[in-house]
Amino acid sequence: MSELNEQIIEQNGYYLHIIPTKKFKTNVLLIRFLAPLEKETATKRALLPFVLQKGTKNFPSERQLRTKLDELYGAKLNMDCSKKGENHLITIQISFVNEKFLPTDEQIMADVLSLVKELLLEPNGENGSFKKEIVEREKDTLRQKIQSIKDQKMSYANMRLIDEMCKGEPFETHVHGYLEDLDEINEKNLYETFQAMLNDDRMDIYVLGDIDANQVETSIQKHVNFRRNRKHEATNVKANKEVKDYNEVIEAEKVQQGKLHIGFRTNTTFSDDDYYVLQVFNGLFGGFPHSKLFMNVREKHQLAYYASSRIESHKGLLLVFSGIAPSVFQKAKEIIMEQWNEMKQGNFTDEQVEETKRLTIHQLKETFDHPVGIIELMYHQVIGNKSITPNEMFEAIEQVKKEDLIQLAEKMELDTIYFLTSEGEEQ
Amino acid sequence: MKTINLEQIQETLYYKQLDNGLDVYLLPRAEMEKTYGIFATKYGSIDQTFTPIGKDDFVTVPDGIAHFLEHKMFEKEDGDVFQQFTKQGASANAYTSFTRTAYLFSSTTNVMENMTTLLDFVQEPYFTEETVEKEKGIIGQEIKMYDDQPDWRLFFGAIGSMYKNHPVKIDIAGTVESIQEITKDDLYTCYETFYHPSNMILFVTGAFDPKEMLDHIVQNQLKKTFRKADEINRSFPEEPMEVAKKEDQLRMPVSISKCLVGIKGDPTQLNQEALPKVKLVTQMVLDYFFSKSGEYFEELYNDGLIEGDLSYEMHIEQNFAFSLVGGDTKDPEKLSNRLKQMLLNIKNESIAEESFDAMKRKRLGELIRSLNSLESTANQFIDYYQLNLNLFDVYETLQNMTKQEFDEVVSNWISEERISTFSIVPNHE
Repeated sequence: MSELNEQIIEQNGYYLHIIPTKKFKTNVLLIRFLAPLEKETATKRALLPFVLQKGTKNFPSERQLRTKLDELYGAKLNMDCSKKGENHLITIQISFVNEKFLPTDEQIMADVLSLVKELLLEPNGENGSFKKEIVEREKDTLRQKIQSIKDQKMSYANMRLIDEMCKGEPFETHVHGYLEDLDEINEKNLYETFQAMLNDDRMDIYVLGDIDANQVETSIQKHVNFRRNRKHEATNVKANKEVKDYNEVIEAEKVQQGKLHIGFRTNTTFSDDDYYVLQVFNGLFGGFPHSKLFMNVREKHQLAYYASSRIESHKGLLLVFSGIAPSVFQKAKEIIMEQWNEMKQGNFTDEQVEETKRLTIHQLKETFDHPVGIIELMYHQVIGNKSITPNEMFEAIEQVKKEDLIQLAEKMELDTIYFLTSEGEEQ
Repeated sequence: MKTINLEQIQETLYYKQLDNGLDVYLLPRAEMEKTYGIFATKYGSIDQTFTPIGKDDFVTVPDGIAHFLEHKMFEKEDGDVFQQFTKQGASANAYTSFTRTAYLFSSTTNVMENMTTLLDFVQEPYFTEETVEKEKGIIGQEIKMYDDQPDWRLFFGAIGSMYKNHPVKIDIAGTVESIQEITKDDLYTCYETFYHPSNMILFVTGAFDPKEMLDHIVQNQLKKTFRKADEINRSFPEEPMEVAKKEDQLRMPVSISKCLVGIKGDPTQLNQEALPKVKLVTQMVLDYFFSKSGEYFEELYNDGLIEGDLSYEMHIEQNFAFSLVGGDTKDPEKLSNRLKQMLLNIKNESIAEESFDAMKRKRLGELIRSLNSLESTANQFIDYYQLNLNLFDVYETLQNMTKQEFDEVVSNWISEERISTFSIVPNHE
């Protein structure tokens, strides 16, 4: 394994993160904009990545832009939006093959940087406005994307669970926006949103690969030197909602399989001391194939093909997912609740705790074998406003004891049970 | 042990065929954290009719049995293999495709121990009536999960429109009904026939010492005895050259229609010499016309016939091959007609020499990029291996490919009777 060192350099209006590593065949440039997650801006911000990818001044069509990328030995451009905790993120990512594996002397990095600069500072439009036809067409693309969430039952059930669970909290905001907000968007107000993003968002630039840190710093400074008036910083959710009684929501659609999604409040986020306890807890409860959920819902009772859990690191949620026959809803629910109870009672061995810790560390190490995995792991620290080295993470996991897991199970609160069932099975 | 120096990507590949016939390939990547090992047999969902080991007559086994067998390999007399890997700090998994069943682990500690577990669990079957019955409920839910996924239904719908008899058209997991017929004896029959080391490959990549690793594998295999390797007799039904149904559709609760145009490959073109070129050229052509830098993508986008991206993929195996192009659309009929026209037109398009060079450059970049991931390196390697090719020869094939060779493949790729379309349309329409 090779050592990973992240160098963070504060620049004029943004942070530059340089991560030199010889692990990969490509280098990655990732730029991320962060603003508070709120319904008012969500739809416009969701639309931006679609519109920006449709071209720039010098490459006025998507085809021309993509042809340029192809010429750079198939450089890959991705632009998207996502949420982490109560923050809305817009990410531009370009990865390109390291020249040392190519029959060329070209400096791909320089071309990539000027392309990114163009995407941001010279978009396709004029006089404070994007092109009308592009914006209208992409509104349609986004409309379709919002509507088709329903076609992917697992994501749909997850979205519905969060709707119900986090009603009234910023976290309920749909990251792809809302149909009803599309109509009022036009080429002018979208451009304003874009300018606000460039000007006000927290901005982080990551460069990862077999690179020379000084050289990277100089060329980034040369290309990214526009004036910024940064005003947003990461929102760190501290106060958790108090749960009085849990809520059960059952909805019916034309489905073959029911989707049982259950949301708990863990009251622990990335910046808390017991965050790594939560990681291990999740592993033993539903994260791994030896977990209580997998062993009981699937192996012992054969109710499901999948039964697992994951955590929302920056919101303090633990979410359980399972695909079951509509008729076994009550039974599956009882078994899942029983597993939570087992965790509270401490009905697991020290050996199981040790195994889960090893697997949690393994999973974390695996992340270090993916270029974007490394960047995402580092970015957690931006959102959580807490810095921690990989070794400190491993250490924190090693420290976890059985009592800590019991304590966490007790602290956890059941918030919402959501069941998407097939029509006619609602009762 | 044979050492193959891979100059282009600055790595070294090690190879040895063991006495029992197992092919072992090792690709060390010292700077990575983990080791990824995959143990695969050339046995997938299409291998339904064969002569069981030691028998003379062909049998046909129930749909979905290769996948069912994959599930049951994890259960042993003394418990679940997942638990064993867990104890050793590793994660494990498996998958079944048309032509392969693969078992894999990834680990950052106890790598040698985990390798032993991988080899042992795949080479020691344990099936009982009881455990076989138990799995039917779990796999039943797996099938139901796929039934609700429009893209999966679209994929198999498109294959079904191309193939009349070939078992590639059968869903890999089978159906809820077909898996009810599976017995423990069926599983043993399939296991004994297809899991001989000489029908298998072991590919390991990641942070390990190749000599130590090979030695470990050899020692493990020496402890086991295997019967003499027999040739495997598979039988496939006669498949006509033309597609089964030129057009077909399915109604489902979806928010927008989807369509896929299928190009059924001509098996007579899949000779060993042509294979590496066919694989490269098909990918390059689809990419050139239908990716976001493609002329046809732009046309379809401008005409409002596609929502979001177009998807395109190809499957090239020894006895079947097909490509698929399509996407979400408001007008599946119009989109499929246009796609058909475009595909038929490709052989008349004269692609400029510089465009051909650009395609080669992009392909080279993508091949090298894919090596970032140990998983994709291993799986691609086995894809090529199953075609009797070495993945790492691809750079040379690509660099040496002439425009004339390229044109030749393109001109034979498509003909009208080998094109079909399949759509999924919303229930309410």
